[in-house]
Amino acid sequence: MRLLRLIPDDTSVPFMKFRPFAFGLSALISIATIIGFLTIGLNIGIDFKGGTLVELQTKQGNANISELRTRLQGANVGDVQLQEFGGPNLVMLRYGEQPGGEPGQQAALRRVRALIDADFEVRRTEVVGPTVSAELVQMSVVGVILSILAVLIYLWIRFEWQFAVGAMIATLHDVMAIIAFYVFTQADFDITSIASVLTIIGYSLNDTVVVFDRIREMMRKHKRMPVAELLDIAINSTLSRTTITATTTFLALLGLFFFGGEVIQGFTASMLVGVIVGTYSSIFIAAPILIYLGLREGGFGAVRSDAGEDGDGASGKAKV
Amino acid sequence: MLSFTRWKATLILMAVFATMLLAVPNVMPQSWVDKLPRALRTHMTLGLDLQGGVHLMLQVDSDEVRRSMLENLRDDVRRVLRDSRLQVQNLGFQGNSVVVRLREGQNNELALTELRKLPQLIGGAFSTSGQYDFEVSRQGDSFVVAATDAGTRDKISRAVTQSIEVVRRRIDQLGTTEPVIQRQGIDRILLQVPGERDPQRLKAIIGQTAKLEFRMVDQSVTPEQALAGRPPADSVILYEEVKEGNRVVQQVPYVIQRRIIVSGEELVDAQAAFNAQQAEWVVNFRFNSSGGRKFAQATTENVNRPFAIILDNKVVSAPVIREPILGGSGQISGRFTAESSANLALLLRAGALPAPLTVVEERTVGASLGQDSITSGTQAAIIGSIFVLIYIFATYGLFGLFANLAVIVNVVMMFGLLSLLGATLTLPGIAGIVLTVGMAVDSNVLIFERIREEVRSGRSVIASIDGGFTKAMGTIMDANITQLLTSIILFYLGTGPVKGFALTLGLGIITTMFTAITFTRYLVVIWLRVFKPARIPM
Repeated sequence: MRLLRLIPDDTSVPFMKFRPFAFGLSALISIATIIGFLTIGLNIGIDFKGGTLVELQTKQGNANISELRTRLQGANVGDVQLQEFGGPNLVMLRYGEQPGGEPGQQAALRRVRALIDADFEVRRTEVVGPTVSAELVQMSVVGVILSILAVLIYLWIRFEWQFAVGAMIATLHDVMAIIAFYVFTQADFDITSIASVLTIIGYSLNDTVVVFDRIREMMRKHKRMPVAELLDIAINSTLSRTTITATTTFLALLGLFFFGGEVIQGFTASMLVGVIVGTYSSIFIAAPILIYLGLREGGFGAVRSDAGEDGDGASGKAKV
Repeated sequence: MLSFTRWKATLILMAVFATMLLAVPNVMPQSWVDKLPRALRTHMTLGLDLQGGVHLMLQVDSDEVRRSMLENLRDDVRRVLRDSRLQVQNLGFQGNSVVVRLREGQNNELALTELRKLPQLIGGAFSTSGQYDFEVSRQGDSFVVAATDAGTRDKISRAVTQSIEVVRRRIDQLGTTEPVIQRQGIDRILLQVPGERDPQRLKAIIGQTAKLEFRMVDQSVTPEQALAGRPPADSVILYEEVKEGNRVVQQVPYVIQRRIIVSGEELVDAQAAFNAQQAEWVVNFRFNSSGGRKFAQATTENVNRPFAIILDNKVVSAPVIREPILGGSGQISGRFTAESSANLALLLRAGALPAPLTVVEERTVGASLGQDSITSGTQAAIIGSIFVLIYIFATYGLFGLFANLAVIVNVVMMFGLLSLLGATLTLPGIAGIVLTVGMAVDSNVLIFERIREEVRSGRSVIASIDGGFTKAMGTIMDANITQLLTSIILFYLGTGPVKGFALTLGLGIITTMFTAITFTRYLVVIWLRVFKPARIPM
């Protein structure tokens, strides 16, 4: 049986040669993200800014959105966003936080429902009041920072500090790219977006750690090899695994994206982007940055050896 | 590395088999599950986003708790001083304390001694903190009785505990199945009612304090006079709301005495009924013996005078007492509908909340959307998994089959562990499972790629496989632990569906490490033993 090989066995792509280009591209994307973030901004969902979301299904026929819009002016809840949501008879209705604190939100929902209950079935309601939304923002920021710190500390213990810093920069890069996705698609940025950011942080680090592991292993075997060459060999020898894992994860997410329903589509879309970016950053950001961090100067050597004790260097030499 | 002792192999297979058993009840018909011994009836609960239901985050009004704490304290101070025959110049609030000043020439020393008897140890006789709820101090010729921070916290905490009890009693009366009622943080209550379709009804029942009081109507002034000037010192103006549908169309003022004859706490039963004579809905109630006595005495003394039934500071009705009511039971009427009388009866039976509850977060999913999500989630999970399985088989051939078997075992183990924990399966949770399928293969990929490298460097079959597993081990650990860290953080910070996602992802990482390191290896070892292959087919 002929087996599928996306990446040929003996690649020797000079990844380090691309690094000015890769850094340039990432810098460009990051700048675009920051500009987009400041000018267009995120389409922040009700989880973080408070407000109400109602998913409706018509009792009969298709929904007439413009008629519904006119009708809802009577509810006096300010600007109401209406959009079709997964079918011509399904409508998503959203409006911002109402004055009057928590009871104000409930009163507004009662006014809205009084206008729509006759011809729509309510499939989903979410009301997030001002106190909860503020807490969710805080929780999300804490979560992202904590995750990055925890991993930083773990990598610092298991590797050298350069690896920890390299991984952190790559992670920040990925977070930036996901924010770019949310800025430029204007998909709802809500609490599940934070879940997707954290998942991508996890995925990207997983990828980075695999490359780093190989770099460390090679450094022990080839004490005199220039860093750039060593990094290239490490990346090339893990390239097949990197692409296979990225492909399986991507395929699984693709299934979710196309068949998982409207509710989690934004969530999976951002993760699809994240898988690509996470894979890219492990190769083109995390590893090359080690050169600038002065990897060899710290005297990293054969002091700690918890892998490859039985190794005679055969696997490494084979490709040199 | 490649030798498997018999007991080790048995242990691995037993672990796989055990988790499989735990997962099975999820897919059995309910009638079979009922026949199982209780310990084996493990199953996952469907999250509210899948089975539909109402999720409400309620907050106890801590300002109200603080206010009523201070009011009670003021009453206590007044009582203590009156009991010692001390005359008060003025008595009032200042921030979180009650300030009192006696008239000239009163015995200030005696007052201080008496006031010092007011503070109580927090937690009563079994107090562990040794802290008091109030502090008494003397400032010039005033006395300050201040609530301590610990005391205030304790009062709020007790109000929350009490509210949970009341909410539970109210929800139980609705006859819904398995509601979740939990304390969250300092002053919050999480209420989840699966299957409930109407959040409005639920909120109506939770949102009312239901403080019922019977008080006399003050007839010394008319409401108009009271509104124009000031009501008598021991009376207040309260309103009756006349409604049309849900709209208040008129507010009728009444002058009501402050003194409470009987309160709702002394009710033992309340039932909605239809009064055929008046052709209207009413609530019949019965007092306990002490409440009955107080009510009998008040009605005997006040024949032909009106009294008011007050619910949450609003007048429900103010009937005139025709004759003494001695039996300890009575009837509340006041423009009720069948529904509102039933609700009021329910609230009165369940008791009053110590402070109002506000809804700070509401998430409701209808049953139809839940069903749609189950269908699409399952479909996506199956299709995504099939994509992955086909791709892995195409890439690794026979070893791909090993990996695929490991992935399937991995998913079964995840379901088993989730069932053992009685975890809640949410839509993002399903996404977490699918994502795990995609990523679970990673450990196997790491091993297989290592084996291939070993083969290319010219090693024997056995040495390559052994080397592949050994060398990939460290990488698998490092790579998975970093990912586990992020899912643990997500689990602790997240709520609801996001928590479900973090849980499945985290569990998936653990089972992945287990299946890749032990189960796949076991399969490969058996293959080596049985077929004694001359080369590795990948």
